[in-house]
Amino acid sequence: MTATLIEVKDLKKVYGVEEDSAVYALDGMNASVDRGEFAAIMGPSGSGKSTLMNILGCLDTPSAGQYILDGRDVSGLSKDDLADVRNQKIGFIFQSFNLLPRLSALDNVMLPLLYDTREAQPQEMQRQRAIAALESVGLGHRTGHHPNQLSGGQQQRVAIARALINQPPLILADEPTGNLDSRSSVEIMDLLHDLHKQGATIVMVTHEPDIARHAGRILCVRDGRLISDGRGGNNPCLAREVSA
Amino acid sequence: MNYSRILRIAWDGLMLNKVRSFLTTLGVIIGVASVIVMMSVSAGAEAAIAEQINSLGANLLIVSPMRGIPGASRTLLYEDAEAIGEAVTGIVGFSAEQTPAPQTIKANGITLESIAVVGTSADFPQVRDYPLAEGTYFSDEDNDRKLKVAVIGSGLAVDLFGEESALGQTITVGNTKLTVIGVMASKGVVADVDYDGRVYVPINVVFQKFMTTSLMNKDSVRTIYIKVESQEKLDSVTMQVQNLLATRHDVDPAKPDFTIQTQQDVIATQEATTAAFRDLLAWVAGISLLVGGIGIMNIMLVSVTERTREIGLRIAIGAHPSYVRAQFLLESMILSLAGGAMGVVIGVAASILFGAFGGMRTQIVPLSIPLAFVAAAGIGIFFGYYPAGQAAKLDPIVALRHE
Repeated sequence: MTATLIEVKDLKKVYGVEEDSAVYALDGMNASVDRGEFAAIMGPSGSGKSTLMNILGCLDTPSAGQYILDGRDVSGLSKDDLADVRNQKIGFIFQSFNLLPRLSALDNVMLPLLYDTREAQPQEMQRQRAIAALESVGLGHRTGHHPNQLSGGQQQRVAIARALINQPPLILADEPTGNLDSRSSVEIMDLLHDLHKQGATIVMVTHEPDIARHAGRILCVRDGRLISDGRGGNNPCLAREVSA
Repeated sequence: MNYSRILRIAWDGLMLNKVRSFLTTLGVIIGVASVIVMMSVSAGAEAAIAEQINSLGANLLIVSPMRGIPGASRTLLYEDAEAIGEAVTGIVGFSAEQTPAPQTIKANGITLESIAVVGTSADFPQVRDYPLAEGTYFSDEDNDRKLKVAVIGSGLAVDLFGEESALGQTITVGNTKLTVIGVMASKGVVADVDYDGRVYVPINVVFQKFMTTSLMNKDSVRTIYIKVESQEKLDSVTMQVQNLLATRHDVDPAKPDFTIQTQQDVIATQEATTAAFRDLLAWVAGISLLVGGIGIMNIMLVSVTERTREIGLRIAIGAHPSYVRAQFLLESMILSLAGGAMGVVIGVAASILFGAFGGMRTQIVPLSIPLAFVAAAGIGIFFGYYPAGQAAKLDPIVALRHE
């Protein structure tokens, strides 16, 4: 197993077929993330960071270039294969949680297991795993609650437990604190820190410098290219956000 | 992938909106129920017709004047019947029949209005498989001599004479006094004809006393029933009768002024007249099934739109498009199969109730139950496929942004 978990080479994403009307959302992006890293992706709207996030999450495919995830080139996979990659390699954390309102917290956490094409564990073992995941985010006492009975911070924790259930090598967080008050935001970031300390690889998209500073590394994207891979205060993305 | 779990997801999806799910199935319920009721009503009608015609007796040929030819109703004469009896081989007997207007009957101090009188020839009980309970039927000789005798139905005998024997009693039919020489066995009401409430009189007496309004050809008959020895001889007897009557009437056998039908012909003719009605019912039932299916498709499309985010999430966390398709296809199949099952129950119940209280005969066609059920399942798949496909091809990025 190599140290590199994610590697993108000359990644391009073009919208529009005509030569003159083509828009390059990604214009030759090169980047890599090692196992165990906690990286933030920043950039103004239109910079291509959402497109990059979608491709990293295997929700979208690049027009050109390579995306190697966990040692496998996933840029040309079929829809079903991409679905399996998302299920087994990636844990998603969304800004708006995206829990299913009519399922209990436990059933929400177990949802990815339902679509796992690998040999299924017995139902009871899956339940135990889901309970353990909920306990690891501090919600072991809320397994039977429905999302509308939980606070925003608690809902995001359920979503994090869901992201962890299949023990994926990569956690992708898209503005994980975007819908939360500052106290809940701190709790969620602490939780991500804990996960990172336990060895998880986390890639997080955010536009909030305070949140981005939690990451050990900040990838700054502009005009479809990586313009800075800085750490800390001298990063142009941070500077721009602060001055704005 | 565990399909029983997808089934569970589909079921939960439907239970989320119980009232809406039920209303959606209503179209299929009505469609399936109407298919079953429609088929049982037409099967009942056909069975009634077949029973009516078979009640005439076995191996019968039915000779009638051709309808729609002016004057033809008077061309079939009693002499024709006698000629058939003399010349045609392979027959057991014949019964010429004529029915005058209903008459008033007086006997034993009782007056009954509007009693059907039937003029027949002597072979009537044998030809029509309708035996006597007591006494005798009149003979050919009695008929030739225009003897004033009558054989009465069993119900009429009870109405007029009660416990007393009817034999030898005198009844006054219209203005004619007749002596009762026999009572028919009870036959009951078959196809709206109350055989037990009629008076059977020698046809020559009918010609003389009761056919007063038709001055010309007073001996014309309405129908000649011919009992053939066996089924195999039906064709041969038909040919003989055809040629004999054509010669006697001096008409081209290809363009006769009479018709000769077997019971099967009559059944087929009657069924042809009910076929149009039956086809109309089939169309109505089929269209209501179609409307039910469109209702399912409509609700499934609404449901897919409402649950766009849910679908987006399921795809994002690893659901193959085919699993999403299966989920929605199962939902529409559950709706249509539940509708089909309820439709079968309601259709069978309605058929039984119509038969019992609706004044129409119904006969449930066993085949209609699996047929309607399979049609319902087919509707579920057919009308569920498009919405399920819409769900399966959702782009998770777009779907997750859906409000």
